[in-house]
Amino acid sequence: MFGKLSWSAIPLHEPIPLITCMVIVAIIFGTLLLVLLKGWAPYLWKEWITSVDHKRVGVMYFLLGFIMLLRGFSDAIMMRSQLAVAYNAPGYLPPDHYDQIFSAHGTIMIFFVAMPFVIGLMNFVVPLQIGSRDVAFPTLNSVSLWLTASGVLLVNLSLGIGEFSRAGWLAYPPLSELSFSPGVGVDYYLWSLQISGIGTLLSGVNLVTTILKLRAPGMALSRMPVFSWTALASNLLIVAAFPILTATFAMLLLDRYLDFHFFTNELGGNPMMYINLIWAWGHPEVYILILPCFGVFSEVISTFSSKPLFGYRSMVMATMVICVLSFMVWLHHFFTMGAGADVNGFFGIMTMIIAVPTGVKVFNWLFTMYGGRIRFTTPILWAVGFMVTFVIGGITGVLMAVPPADFILHNSLFLIAHFHNVIIGGVVFGAFAGYTYWFPKVFGFKLHEGWGKAAFWFWFFGFYVAFMPLYVLGGMGMTRRMQHYDVAAWKPYLVVAALGAVLILCGIVCHIAQLVVSIRSRHRLADLTGDPWDGRTLEWITTSPPPVFNFAVLPNVKGEEAYWGMKQKALAAGQLAEEPIYEDIEVPRNTPTGFVTAFFSTITGFALIWHIWWLVCLGLLGAFLTFVRFAWRNEDEYRIPASEVARLDRERRRTRSAVIASGSIE
Amino acid sequence: MSTIASELPGFDPHRLGHRGDGPDPADHGPAPKRIVVGYGFWIFLLSDFVMFSGFFAAYAVLSTSTAGGPSGRDLFDLHNVAIETACLLASSFACGMASIAVEERKALPAQLWLAVTAVLGLAFLILEVKEFLALIAAGNDPQHSAFLSSFFTLVGCHGLHVSAGVLWLLTMMAQLFSKGFAPNLLRRFRCFSLFWHALDIIWVAVFTVVYLIGVTQ
Amino acid sequence: MSTQHEADWQGELAPGDERQGDSGASGGVRGYLLALALSVLLTAASFAVVGTKLLWAPGIPVALAVFAVAQMGVHLVFFLHINSGPDNTNNILALAFGILIVSIIISGSLWIMFHLNHNMMPMNKLTDLHLQH
Repeated sequence: MFGKLSWSAIPLHEPIPLITCMVIVAIIFGTLLLVLLKGWAPYLWKEWITSVDHKRVGVMYFLLGFIMLLRGFSDAIMMRSQLAVAYNAPGYLPPDHYDQIFSAHGTIMIFFVAMPFVIGLMNFVVPLQIGSRDVAFPTLNSVSLWLTASGVLLVNLSLGIGEFSRAGWLAYPPLSELSFSPGVGVDYYLWSLQISGIGTLLSGVNLVTTILKLRAPGMALSRMPVFSWTALASNLLIVAAFPILTATFAMLLLDRYLDFHFFTNELGGNPMMYINLIWAWGHPEVYILILPCFGVFSEVISTFSSKPLFGYRSMVMATMVICVLSFMVWLHHFFTMGAGADVNGFFGIMTMIIAVPTGVKVFNWLFTMYGGRIRFTTPILWAVGFMVTFVIGGITGVLMAVPPADFILHNSLFLIAHFHNVIIGGVVFGAFAGYTYWFPKVFGFKLHEGWGKAAFWFWFFGFYVAFMPLYVLGGMGMTRRMQHYDVAAWKPYLVVAALGAVLILCGIVCHIAQLVVSIRSRHRLADLTGDPWDGRTLEWITTSPPPVFNFAVLPNVKGEEAYWGMKQKALAAGQLAEEPIYEDIEVPRNTPTGFVTAFFSTITGFALIWHIWWLVCLGLLGAFLTFVRFAWRNEDEYRIPASEVARLDRERRRTRSAVIASGSIE
Repeated sequence: MSTIASELPGFDPHRLGHRGDGPDPADHGPAPKRIVVGYGFWIFLLSDFVMFSGFFAAYAVLSTSTAGGPSGRDLFDLHNVAIETACLLASSFACGMASIAVEERKALPAQLWLAVTAVLGLAFLILEVKEFLALIAAGNDPQHSAFLSSFFTLVGCHGLHVSAGVLWLLTMMAQLFSKGFAPNLLRRFRCFSLFWHALDIIWVAVFTVVYLIGVTQ
Repeated sequence: MSTQHEADWQGELAPGDERQGDSGASGGVRGYLLALALSVLLTAASFAVVGTKLLWAPGIPVALAVFAVAQMGVHLVFFLHINSGPDNTNNILALAFGILIVSIIISGSLWIMFHLNHNMMPMNKLTDLHLQH
């Protein structure tokens, strides 16, 4: 009846997961109770859960990423503290549990923290920046979000029901095959990533179409802001890379469920093929994450240096070159697997070449700052911190691109230090820069500067304290994924690294404090003009927060830095351009399709993990009926009358005019 | 605010960032829904091609890993494949005819051609299932070797796509019957015909790479 | 969407769109019939090449590849209406990107795996060797 599921799946005899589960369940129930008691449920359902507005979907993506950051970080601090005490001792985490922790940490941080962060930013910003009313397929957007949430739910269910994978964040076979991982852990891993992967793919299709087909009049590609360009490149990579992941996982699932022999040791299976295919996805994936962050830094640096971006065209070229080259370097993740000198040489050289466009970008940012009037706000601190940190990470990366060097450093903590150096220094710093930069646009008030700067400095120094020792340890020969060790010389470095993790924890606490303090003093921090930073791109022309239709009248773009041009014209004339003629606007209706689809996909995924076949059929049937129901509806849009549009926009024009009259934007 | 040079429009101290102030490019603002939907689906189809390329790569690498069992040469029946191909090709043609009927808003011919498309698709599926069952009955199941695993997966994945297409087609016929030529149905129909023809392209690759090259090796 | 706006987009086709009032070879029933004929011809040629003993054996895969690519082209042009017209630029660019990725994945995987199999004896050969002792 319930397949492999029984009461023994609940970890009653393991105190750490049990207590964690109880705390999480208590928090969830507490939140639900609060929502119900305060009567917020209808508001949440109508305005957020069923929302197809790209801005709200973006916010929910980001929130999801932040919650998962807490989960992923608690895994990290457990690993660091385990290693700080596990010299000639078993430590407090048994190997079985420790293996699940490092697998979960990697999986969660990449798929459910970094991805929601960048997709959330792109979702929110891109339509505003290209002057569009929404993404191309708003309902699909909501489906993508909820499918990602469904994957998140499954990963976290593994905490309390059953176990998670012990096979590392990429689940290499043959370890991840049924004969070596007979439990449900790898199945949790595979199904949650399959489901959220479909969400990511759909979101990529959606944003590519949005950027290529829905730009405002005059917004030629040659005038598109750099963030939108990087978003285009990133989403093209999603569309091209995620299907490979789906195919690879499908093969591993067939191995595990139907006893196929793709990657097994017996009957001709070839585990090396899995490693080849997974990295054909995996390398583009790191550029999917980093490219939008490059875009964020471009916007932030240009805005806060009060200068146009240096070398716009070279920036775009570099982005697109990276987009194509990122598909030609994947073998550098397995130089040591045994390919010949020709293959290793080719991919080593390609890896060094891909560093060139990245270098171009760094110089462009530096030259943008050079001679600028820099305002050292929190976003630009993240940007400067990024440039320093990312260049160090990039250099260690190019070092490992040399195959002979990689033979020594492969699988050591040097590698761990390298990719945390680029992912924390690049993606996480980028996400926080974007978060601080666009927060006033999202909610209508700025974030508290003091707490933001504190968060930055804790993260920045915390990162160095936590990861520089790992470079040294890698050089000393310590390999990754060790649960305990017996080399006395390693211990001091591991203790320092654990202290670094504590510093990062302080940074996260500062983030939460910043949010609380900012919400409390939101009236003092309010952004009334819609342009709090003296911005240059189109998102700053509308109000903060923007109306559901984004722009009362689609902006007519004349040249690069569309909004900057209009603003200067208005300042010179001392008044805004003439009032436009308002028309009715059609806005997509909210729909629970996304939420319901995700509900059924969660059920299907859970049933597949536990081999409850009747429930699988039920879940698939439910998903199909949801689609049919959606396809059958007659009304998918509602109309906002011109008078309402005019009322909202006149209000915006009034505040803007006042600002223009006073001669200054800030 | 005191005006400083860097805040003037068009200020470009390094003469590098081209200002894009030239003549307005031929850009008409957001595209109509017909184009947006078609293009989005086209992008999705391309991603589907990439997914198939993963299965093709696996098949190409593993096709010689027969683990002492039979290879394609011993198993494939080209006669059956030829009939399958004919079914799909005819089905693609019927789908083309249906799209002409839909463009001309002729409900009855549209339904008839769509029905022909579906029947030929089903015929293809039945032939494929029969082929699979025959292989399994003869002991050549996908659990037997890496070659058979990758063969069943690649061909089966195409078959799953065809099944999904038939399901989509039937749903759409029901919708056409009950609601007529609604604009969203027309858009969806265009997507379907793209999907159906694209499956044919995949099938060309399948019968060439798997069956024809398989029997010559 | 105003009619003026639609008119602005006359120069752009969605994938699968036929050009309005197209009297060219790829239009209407005639186009589909031609496509069917070409496809049947190419498919028949592919099957015939395999059946015949007249051809030099190593040339057969090459001939098959040529026929397959030709047939995919026929499908793209006549069934999917993707062609080289100026109104199709965006669709073609996307297709080109897709083809690039597909060819990188397949050729790259084959190249890498060939090397790996060459240098690292595959598991089944290893077990075979083991059995021989």
